[in-house]
Amino acid sequence: MRYEVADTVESAASLLAGEAGQSYVLAGGTDLLVQLRAGLVQPDLVVDVKRIDELRTISEADGGYTVGAAVAGAELGEHASIGNVWPGVVEGAELIGSTQVQGRASMGGNLCNASPAADSVPALIAAGATCTIVGPNGKREAAVADIPTGPGQNSLEKGEVLVSLHFPARPANSSDAYLRMIPRTEMDIAIVGAAVNLTLDDDGTCTAATVVLGAVAPTAIEVPEAGAALVGTKVDDAALEAVSAAASAAARPISDKRGTAEYRTKVVGVMAKRAAKIAYDRAANKGGK
Amino acid sequence: MSKIHVTTTVNGDPTEFLCEPQETLLDVLRDELQLTGSKEGCASGDCGACSIELDGRLVCSCLVLGAEADGREIETVESIADGEKLHPVQAQILEHGALQCGFCTPGIIVAAKALLDRNPDPTDTEIRYWLAGNLCRCTGYDKIINAVQDAAADLRGEAS
Repeated sequence: MRYEVADTVESAASLLAGEAGQSYVLAGGTDLLVQLRAGLVQPDLVVDVKRIDELRTISEADGGYTVGAAVAGAELGEHASIGNVWPGVVEGAELIGSTQVQGRASMGGNLCNASPAADSVPALIAAGATCTIVGPNGKREAAVADIPTGPGQNSLEKGEVLVSLHFPARPANSSDAYLRMIPRTEMDIAIVGAAVNLTLDDDGTCTAATVVLGAVAPTAIEVPEAGAALVGTKVDDAALEAVSAAASAAARPISDKRGTAEYRTKVVGVMAKRAAKIAYDRAANKGGK
Repeated sequence: MSKIHVTTTVNGDPTEFLCEPQETLLDVLRDELQLTGSKEGCASGDCGACSIELDGRLVCSCLVLGAEADGREIETVESIADGEKLHPVQAQILEHGALQCGFCTPGIIVAAKALLDRNPDPTDTEIRYWLAGNLCRCTGYDKIINAVQDAAADLRGEAS
């Protein structure tokens, strides 16, 4: 294995594309190094992208945010304002691993590692975040939802590097939330996860809502029926029950040692309902009502 | 494949070493630099026995490549005592008997100090969440939490 440090996105893409064998991007390394030690991956080349400024910075412009793909969870959590605007995105990212893992793990890595249970991904999709990707053929944009294609699989071509995640400016009275179910209180992998992003009008009626589930399908999935169940309501009990039913109906989980399919199907409805309530309360308070 | 030449700072001292590309910083610290305070428990970032600070950020050194340390600043458990004078976190862990086999203790000392550097008056819950990535299979955690609380009080200059 060779180890190279890239100074620019273009040089990272060039190094990755030019390697005849297996090449991997090293961001926080909290997945890659574990896989390396376990022999699950056998890279010929690892390219460290943590010295590229664009991958390491959070910037704000016109109400929107751009977060470098290798920004660590702890850095995201310490940012002065993004957690107020996108609390669900930040709480999802901060659920990844321990304090030590938070010092290294990034949303870009979590997305590209493509675990169905990745904690940051449902809220990123619900947020409508987009990715900037640079490869040997130049720059392109893609929706976050289009990056993971299955467990451990992503849509990036050889030589492509995820540079940053973009969050659009938000309408007034908008907020989001992410909840997961684990059998412990910390340090575990989600049995199910649910993210809700919504916008209210000045009367507190929901005008737009996106509901995304994690760990109940090969990738995180958006459930349009669950979002639709919120729109036009004040997120009352009837709407929340409809969200729950739609989420459970959309789930197609596996059974494994962490939970049965039946349990996941039921609990993902509960998590979706609770996340919707939290997002609603956040959006209502922020509007100064 | 030739080894990688790394220039870094370890516990305040300019340090150079050679490492293999796939070698972890933990292995470099222990095998090249003879800093064996950091332990390998799980080698997968779950147990925290290899905790260090990298540019002031608490990390598992088993999840960092040695080559990544180039130009960075590393603080290990060996830097925490001031000569013979123990840091309050170390002294209170001894006072409380908050260890049995001691394998997790260096990582807990590094992590607890990192917490108290940022938050001088944490709640028990904050300590438990901060230390969730430091596994102890002997004592249970109550003694560790109590030791960290008393170390925090010592650092604030209060009698505990």
